[in-house]
Amino acid sequence: MSLKPPLLTRRRLLASAAAGLSLISTGAYARVLDGTAPWQPFAANPPEQGWTGTWRFFNEAEARTIGAMADRMIPADDLSVSGREAGCAEFIDGQLAGSYGTGEKLYMQGPFKEGTPEQGDQLPWTMAERYRMGLASLSEYCRKTYSNEFADLDGETQDEVLSGLETGDIALSPIPSKTLFSDILNNVMEGFFADPLYGGNRDMASWKMLGFPGARYDYRPYLMKYNEKLDLEPVSMAGRAAWQTEATQ
Amino acid sequence: MTGPAKRLPHTDAVVIGLGWAGSIIAKEMVDAGLEVVGLERGGWIETGVDFNINTAPDELRYARRQELMLQTVQNTVTARNNSAQEALPMRKWGSFHPGNGTGGAGLHWAGITWRFQPEEFRLASYLSEKYGDEVDPNLTLQDWGTDWSEMEPAYDYFERIAGVSGKAGNINGEILAGGNPFEGARTRDYPTGPTIPTYAPKLFAQVAEDLGYKPFHTPSSILSEAYTNIYGMQMGPCTYCGFCTNYGCANLSKASAITCVLPALVRQQGFTARTRSEVLKIETDSNGSKATGVTFVDSDGQEWFQPADIVVSAAFTFENVRLMLLSGIGTPYDPATGKGQTGRNYCYQTANNVRLFFDDKEFNSFIGGGAIGMAIDETNNDNFDHSGLGFVGGGSTRVGPIGAPPIGSRPVPEGTPKWGSKWKQATTENYNRSMSIGCESSSYAQRGNYLSLDPNYKDRLGRPLLRVTFDFPENDLRMSQYVTDKIEEIGRAMNPRSIERNAMTGHWNTVPYQSSHVVGGFVMGADPETSGTNKYLQSWQVPNLFVVGANAFPQNPGYNPTGTVGALAVKAAWAITRDYLKAPHQPLVQA
Repeated sequence: MSLKPPLLTRRRLLASAAAGLSLISTGAYARVLDGTAPWQPFAANPPEQGWTGTWRFFNEAEARTIGAMADRMIPADDLSVSGREAGCAEFIDGQLAGSYGTGEKLYMQGPFKEGTPEQGDQLPWTMAERYRMGLASLSEYCRKTYSNEFADLDGETQDEVLSGLETGDIALSPIPSKTLFSDILNNVMEGFFADPLYGGNRDMASWKMLGFPGARYDYRPYLMKYNEKLDLEPVSMAGRAAWQTEATQ
Repeated sequence: MTGPAKRLPHTDAVVIGLGWAGSIIAKEMVDAGLEVVGLERGGWIETGVDFNINTAPDELRYARRQELMLQTVQNTVTARNNSAQEALPMRKWGSFHPGNGTGGAGLHWAGITWRFQPEEFRLASYLSEKYGDEVDPNLTLQDWGTDWSEMEPAYDYFERIAGVSGKAGNINGEILAGGNPFEGARTRDYPTGPTIPTYAPKLFAQVAEDLGYKPFHTPSSILSEAYTNIYGMQMGPCTYCGFCTNYGCANLSKASAITCVLPALVRQQGFTARTRSEVLKIETDSNGSKATGVTFVDSDGQEWFQPADIVVSAAFTFENVRLMLLSGIGTPYDPATGKGQTGRNYCYQTANNVRLFFDDKEFNSFIGGGAIGMAIDETNNDNFDHSGLGFVGGGSTRVGPIGAPPIGSRPVPEGTPKWGSKWKQATTENYNRSMSIGCESSSYAQRGNYLSLDPNYKDRLGRPLLRVTFDFPENDLRMSQYVTDKIEEIGRAMNPRSIERNAMTGHWNTVPYQSSHVVGGFVMGADPETSGTNKYLQSWQVPNLFVVGANAFPQNPGYNPTGTVGALAVKAAWAITRDYLKAPHQPLVQA
């Protein structure tokens, strides 16, 4: 057995920065800045924590349902793995466990009234509440109609249910089915196409599918390659699989 | 709240908001020897700390979760299409993206930096002289009270703060090939050369030129080359990384207050910034004609009174107008009578575009930047004859590859399912084979569109939210059809497999993003009855108060506003440091 010094990779640097500096980076406190530049070396402002390896919001049944939905919304084929295989449920779990789920950045004061379509979403529930209540209502619908959970239906039936939610033909309560469907579709797509740092888009599957090169820094060498397919291998904020070493596995 | 407001030591000037306008005015005042306190509602944002080159290109965080934007829990607006409706709060941003923290909305902006045309500053007079009764009487257009000879030096100065990249089309009246032939005469060229177009704008420019148009490089505050600005701030050349609009730039290539002004200013004696400090009210003396300072609350809930001889309100359009309403500056506008200055002439921008799909093109759309690209101006403003057309106004036509991060940028032809195998196939086929031609069009004032305090909804501090009452005037909807016809013709000449037309129709919808170019509400002008400030951005009612931002525009031409916001900031700064200080508290224009 040989002793190797621990290597700092992009992924590890981000993780340690996220753990150590989150309080500073949120900058939630009033500051008086006077005379000197308020700049400290390496005081970077890292992204929120991604997938941690355990469900933080979903219970097992909810995670299965979302995974099954992601499998139908983004089916596996020659182009890519499925939405579930790419980690969309894990991605959504992380989002719902964080500020997106709690709605803590949103104006949530009442009175809540149904407005015109032009006035936008006026529902009184956070995203976390919408998922929890919406998935419970969907489960009840599937058990009543098919005597089974959504995840246990065959693919064709699952597609019928999804279409019924999309058009509003299937009624859920209290979350309107169309709202639940569009929230889930929106989040599944975010999970499939976001940086893998957040738990979805595993192995940059969607970026390879599209030919999107990811979080690159400098395209000047390619600027004038007009109408040429570049086939650049994508890179994530956390690097590439090939960049990982034994010490970071 | 934790007890009564504590009184801070007196300062010469207090500036509300450290975006483009506030930072420039603060810098000029400190350079002139004044002691200045800058108050910023959000945090202090600095490139080296907040925009790591490794973590800045994060679509989820910046474009989807809008980390650089005002959070609606802090403050939002209520919205309705007309006075008969009840306004409801925008619980998440859609139509527009107000900023938060130093740099303001001019931090996550695209960097497109126009000068408005000379006629714009006397638009009501100009259109009336040219078209007479043909102009829709429902429009409430106004002149700005200034003119080109006053605006040109201010534009020139702002371009040398931001380092704008472009190619002049008109220097001292000489029309120059390759530039915008419709621009007002400038005294000299842009400080840096034009950016390089990617394939889509290149192709667009070739076809447009074949059709007789005169394409030119979109003027860009995303810089083409290294530049040191007039404050000694250094900027780097753009690398076309494609994470630009909605993002901060790790590379010091995108001009903003945090790149071009504040790092120099914060080191200077005489300047103090207070962040996470939200102004509650501009305080005035007993007869309301002199500002005594401002009251603000910090993030601990402590209230402070900052006494000052000069108050500069340089918040975003919405907050500038709300502060005037909350502070009793001007008379609230009444749409029934057309009287009142505060809330008047609120306008927007009218977004039109066509989308093209090809089989035989690879656009590499992920390469780009917010202001990279090519434009034509034949479709804009009064650059074409409107006689008999039934509308006035127009739009700037552009192909701008802003980048294509794929959560938001997955164009597919209409009728494609939103999920499943067919969706996936269409998404993959079209991702790199689609482009759009945009026409960012004018928005003209009409009597029923205005800003006011909402009677029902309050912010987290218990103050009324600002209420937006807005719908697109018939004039602007007719204009949209016309300019979209024009860009559709150009699009068809590019021989796409298919083309889709998106001219603005129907009611203003708060849900989809359109643009953050909200203007008016406390406009500049020559008449104190119909404007909040004179041409120096000085309040008619309170001469030691200057109100600076796009709220000063009486209407919006078919151009992005930031170049003019910057020029107005320079104009106000010069008025304060060169003229006002000689005779403090006196109006610079007699009412």
